Amino acid sequence: MSRIGQTFTALKAQNRKALIPFITAGDPGKGLTVPLMHALVEAGVDIIELGVPFSDPMADGPVIQRASERALANKVGLKDVLAMTAEFRKTNTTTPVVLMGYANPVEHMGYEAFAQAAKAAGVDGVLTVDIPPEEAHGVADVFKAHGIDPIFLLSPTTPESRVEQVTAVAGGFIYYVSLKGVTGSASLDTGEVARKLAMVRAHCSLPVGVGFGIRDAATAEAVARIADAVVVGSRIVHEIETAPENEVINRVKHLVQDLRRGVDAASK
Amino acid sequence: MKLTDLPDSRGHFGPYGGIFVAETLMAALEELRVEYDKARNDPAFMAEFEYELKHYVGRPSPVYHARRLSEQYGGAQIYLKREDLNHTGAHKINNTIGQALLARRMGKKRVIAETGAGQHGVASATVAARYGMECVVYMGAEDVIRQAPNVFRMKLLGATVVPVSSGSKTLKDALNEAMRDWVTNVESTFYILGTAAGPHPYPMLVRDFQCVIGRECLVQVPELTGRQPDAVIACVGGGSNAIGIFHPYIPYDGVRLIGVEAGGSGVETGKHAASLSAGTPGVLHGFRSYLMQDENGQIIETHSISAGLDYPGVGPEHSYLKDTGRAEYVPVNDDEAMAAFHDLCRFEGIIPALESSHAVAHAKKLAPTMKKDQIILVNLSGRGDKDINTVAKATGLTL
Repeated sequence: MSRIGQTFTALKAQNRKALIPFITAGDPGKGLTVPLMHALVEAGVDIIELGVPFSDPMADGPVIQRASERALANKVGLKDVLAMTAEFRKTNTTTPVVLMGYANPVEHMGYEAFAQAAKAAGVDGVLTVDIPPEEAHGVADVFKAHGIDPIFLLSPTTPESRVEQVTAVAGGFIYYVSLKGVTGSASLDTGEVARKLAMVRAHCSLPVGVGFGIRDAATAEAVARIADAVVVGSRIVHEIETAPENEVINRVKHLVQDLRRGVDAASK
Repeated sequence: MKLTDLPDSRGHFGPYGGIFVAETLMAALEELRVEYDKARNDPAFMAEFEYELKHYVGRPSPVYHARRLSEQYGGAQIYLKREDLNHTGAHKINNTIGQALLARRMGKKRVIAETGAGQHGVASATVAARYGMECVVYMGAEDVIRQAPNVFRMKLLGATVVPVSSGSKTLKDALNEAMRDWVTNVESTFYILGTAAGPHPYPMLVRDFQCVIGRECLVQVPELTGRQPDAVIACVGGGSNAIGIFHPYIPYDGVRLIGVEAGGSGVETGKHAASLSAGTPGVLHGFRSYLMQDENGQIIETHSISAGLDYPGVGPEHSYLKDTGRAEYVPVNDDEAMAAFHDLCRFEGIIPALESSHAVAHAKKLAPTMKKDQIILVNLSGRGDKDINTVAKATGLTL
């Protein structure tokens, strides 16, 4: 079983839900990413989503776009992200790392070469936002052959007829995007999400994480009541953006501890 | 599969094209594909499209024998397909009418568009006014400044123009922002994509709407000359005017198809937008095609005097036409395009768009290598009124 699968199994045994934070590699500085990853683990997260910066982040809102621009200004590319993961793995061999980004940097490296390098670096899952299952034949197989879980999105606009098609190629967990729109969008209707998740679960045995619109302990708790994992991106990246550089790690830790309390409150 | 039968059912032209978007857009693209499939087989839809092209756009646009220019360049006879004479001054309107009719058929009351030079923005604002739809146009903040007259035209037509300040502040960033709007408002909104690029079915449907250009030429050139041309030349940014004139000629083996890309300051300087001539395949904006990218797969900034060619990708069908050898692609530099711009002004009394001037500039190189009874057909995709500020600045003049 993959590190992601083990994590969800262990959490389930404890009747707990996963907290999955997202940060963009290289934001705010190249040297801060690995310390931030360790700080996230200390604050109680279960899986880390590490954003691979891309020049044209079509599915992201302004907050994560700016994070990508800062990382690119720091000259951070896919190879650096793999090197950061390898660095993180020197002292942490248990927390799964999922790379999240767009197709082109991976395509440019070559899917086979990337999968080999990612496995060697200690990457557990890969989510390429702009590769839907229709274009993933081959790609998902290559990832799976190297023991990397290919993670896919489902959205409020996904018709039931497509859910099986997505879950057939997916591994690790399903990432349900709870809102239409880009990352960092407005508010969340958990009733609607719960209805949709019931439909997804009817077709899929993988754990389901929910992201988009989670900004504090209360929203984290509400989502943890209905999902297997709570994914928080823009809110954390916003904290990184607004904190003075010497306070970034403490401020992020503080925020994530608060989110953790929210997630755990759902299990009580 | 024959070249003319492409794309396949999933939008592939060989290894290019496809659908590379986030899950949120998949249902909308499927809806569009299904609806377009019905529309193109619906005689009433096609009849209305043709009616609008004739009575609103003013088609067919003429093919014109540029005698003085041909004499000046020496060699082959140069004929111009006058898309600059269309309503709104470019080929863009052919596509926006088609897509606006689709939007109406699908019950969408709001349309969005991206624009670089502003021609597609104006054409979108025009049809939105014509069919009574709300229109929002995304435009790079740099381009808003470079193309101020077109911004004003869009506003006159009732559209909202949103300057985009992310990334390089040009066409590619406007496209990102239009996609983000679409993801957010996918139920109410139709995205009028301006070129034969983007996720399937856009490259196919934009091509189909633009093919009226080439189909008219197939009749018009023999009427004037008794035969088909030896070469067809068109400028290529995203490539909609080029695919529109090339596609009907694909089965005519004797006709060379030549796409002209923006060479900017010269391909060797790195400051250009010639993705087919100097790029490598990759994935951007929902499709696989040749791209301008760096060693990390990041998209790099492009340079061209012509805002409409200033784009780091190219429509997927062009990538496949290049690989199969059916079409050739060459770069033309800013200064060569500028010289051709002035040639056409002085010898023919036609002020061409800087985009189209790239095609004329290549005809200038090619004509002298050909015989006097040979024929070059140049797609004059747009008129140059929008470019007079740029030209004045480049030549050191004030208006």
